[in-house]
Amino acid sequence: MNYLTGRLVTFPLVLLGVSLIVFIAIRLVPGDSITAMLGTEAGLLTPKQREALAAYFGIDQPWFIQYWRWLYDLFHGDLGVSVTYGRPVLDVILERFPLTLELALLSMIVALLVGVPAGVYAATHNEQPSDLGVRIIAMVGQSTPNFVLGLVIIYILSAGFGILPVMGTFTSIWQDPLTNLSQMILPAVTLGFAFAASVTRISRSAMLDILKDDYVRTARSKGASSRAVIWRHALPNALIPVVTLSGIEFSYLLGGAVIVEQIFALPGLGRLVLDAILQRDYALVQGTVLFIAFNVMVVNLLVDLAYATLDPRIRLGER
Amino acid sequence: MEQVRAIARHTSGRIGGAIVLVCLLAAALGALGWTPHDPLMQYRLDRLHAPNGTYWMGTDLFGRDVASRLMVGIGQSFTVAFFSVAFATLTGTVLGLAAAWLGRRWDGTLMRLMDMLMAFPAILLALLIIAIIGPGLWTSVIAIAVIYTPIFTRVVRGPALSLKEREFVDAARTFGSSQSYILSRHLLLNLVAPLTVQVTLALAWALLTEAGLSFLGLGTQPPTPSLGLMLSDSRNLMETAPWLMVFPGLAIMISILGFNLLGDALRDILDPKMRRSLA
Repeated sequence: MNYLTGRLVTFPLVLLGVSLIVFIAIRLVPGDSITAMLGTEAGLLTPKQREALAAYFGIDQPWFIQYWRWLYDLFHGDLGVSVTYGRPVLDVILERFPLTLELALLSMIVALLVGVPAGVYAATHNEQPSDLGVRIIAMVGQSTPNFVLGLVIIYILSAGFGILPVMGTFTSIWQDPLTNLSQMILPAVTLGFAFAASVTRISRSAMLDILKDDYVRTARSKGASSRAVIWRHALPNALIPVVTLSGIEFSYLLGGAVIVEQIFALPGLGRLVLDAILQRDYALVQGTVLFIAFNVMVVNLLVDLAYATLDPRIRLGER
Repeated sequence: MEQVRAIARHTSGRIGGAIVLVCLLAAALGALGWTPHDPLMQYRLDRLHAPNGTYWMGTDLFGRDVASRLMVGIGQSFTVAFFSVAFATLTGTVLGLAAAWLGRRWDGTLMRLMDMLMAFPAILLALLIIAIIGPGLWTSVIAIAVIYTPIFTRVVRGPALSLKEREFVDAARTFGSSQSYILSRHLLLNLVAPLTVQVTLALAWALLTEAGLSFLGLGTQPPTPSLGLMLSDSRNLMETAPWLMVFPGLAIMISILGFNLLGDALRDILDPKMRRSLA
């Protein structure tokens, strides 16, 4: 069985395992969802009313029956009903997901637009002061937590320019693209900065290796310009590790950047899970975490495929 | 001792090592109570004082000395980072060695279990664990350890699989060496280099995760100082008292930078193939 087939076979098994882990984990959280939902008013419920509510949300059965029912419904496209929102979990997730996806894509764009040219520049100026400068900035960038950077950006904007990022009401890209971009650009830069630092380091390292390869020397000896050698011959190969790194980062961002969403008051998936855990909204936590895990696994699989496409020498089955 | 000398000769190693040592010293002084002021004492008449001769890093909204709280906070962060990485290293090494040595079903089962844990975004897994056990310093240790155990398992399993097939292991078997001797003497000793690099880099990630959890209010609980919480508290006061944001932010960044530099240096020293390119 080659590597890819193996990955595809184990994919549903791993997903099933994830679903079981999250199903059990959320039930280990002290307290129950009805009390979490109603707060102090839960004390006013009669036992019959409580039982009726538990039956409505399907949490009156033993855990394995609840799990089986949840799996059954899952295969029929039903992730259950959120006790917090009183709506189908899938609707709530799909409402939040576009923001998370947009934030992930924008921060990837920021990181790649900054990181790749910076890495190439540093590699082509190896051991020169400008290379040292890029390396120092990249190392500091990699060591700066995104929430520290987020606060610094807000501080500079508010103290230096008297402007505060728009927070509170979020406008989707379909409603007003310009307002949406003005709301998303700062979180995207915040998230993209640390990733740009990693991309810089990786692309510099890959370029340094590749610039020493025979085919690059051959291209140079045939009279190819320095620009052509770097951008046409060396860079496509140097991008292979960048693709892997981008895949890992993208899958991480799809999980929702909880802290950055919190700082910039963005209603993304990360905050949704955080609030759902605090509210003990079983169905919402299960559904969201499974949705995120599924995305993470799909992205990782796609990265492996892209890896093989970019470098035909790689035979996945022979790894 | 030779490795310490090698680190001292390496520029990144020297800087990283010095940063880590300074942080450790501050943490040790904080733990011993040798701080400029009592970190919990509220000097109410001196609320929101800018840095000065008495309060080197200023005071917070309750009149507490930021410098003293920072020293204790660094200690809290380092405690979580060290214990969580130690736990993850130990568990990951045992699981990785077991997967590689026992092979077949054990290997398959253990690695699929690790795949499941790795399918969770790290912060979500931590949130779930914290929701179950309740927030606190030791919960952060457990949460971060669980996040990093699969990484260490993978780091150990790969090289262990190839070491298992080497001639010197066959020779040891032929001479009748016990399993435990082969595992500890021939496999584990050869895994020290990749593990050392991974441990140093994991310490940087652990500091980052701990600060993130504390920032969300899910790590060390007040009134005990923690860097993430200090930073989070500074949000509403950043215009009137920017020092409340600057010093904890710098402390988190510099301590992570220290471990990153040290990790890079160790990778250069222990893995000469990487030396030129990543330095």
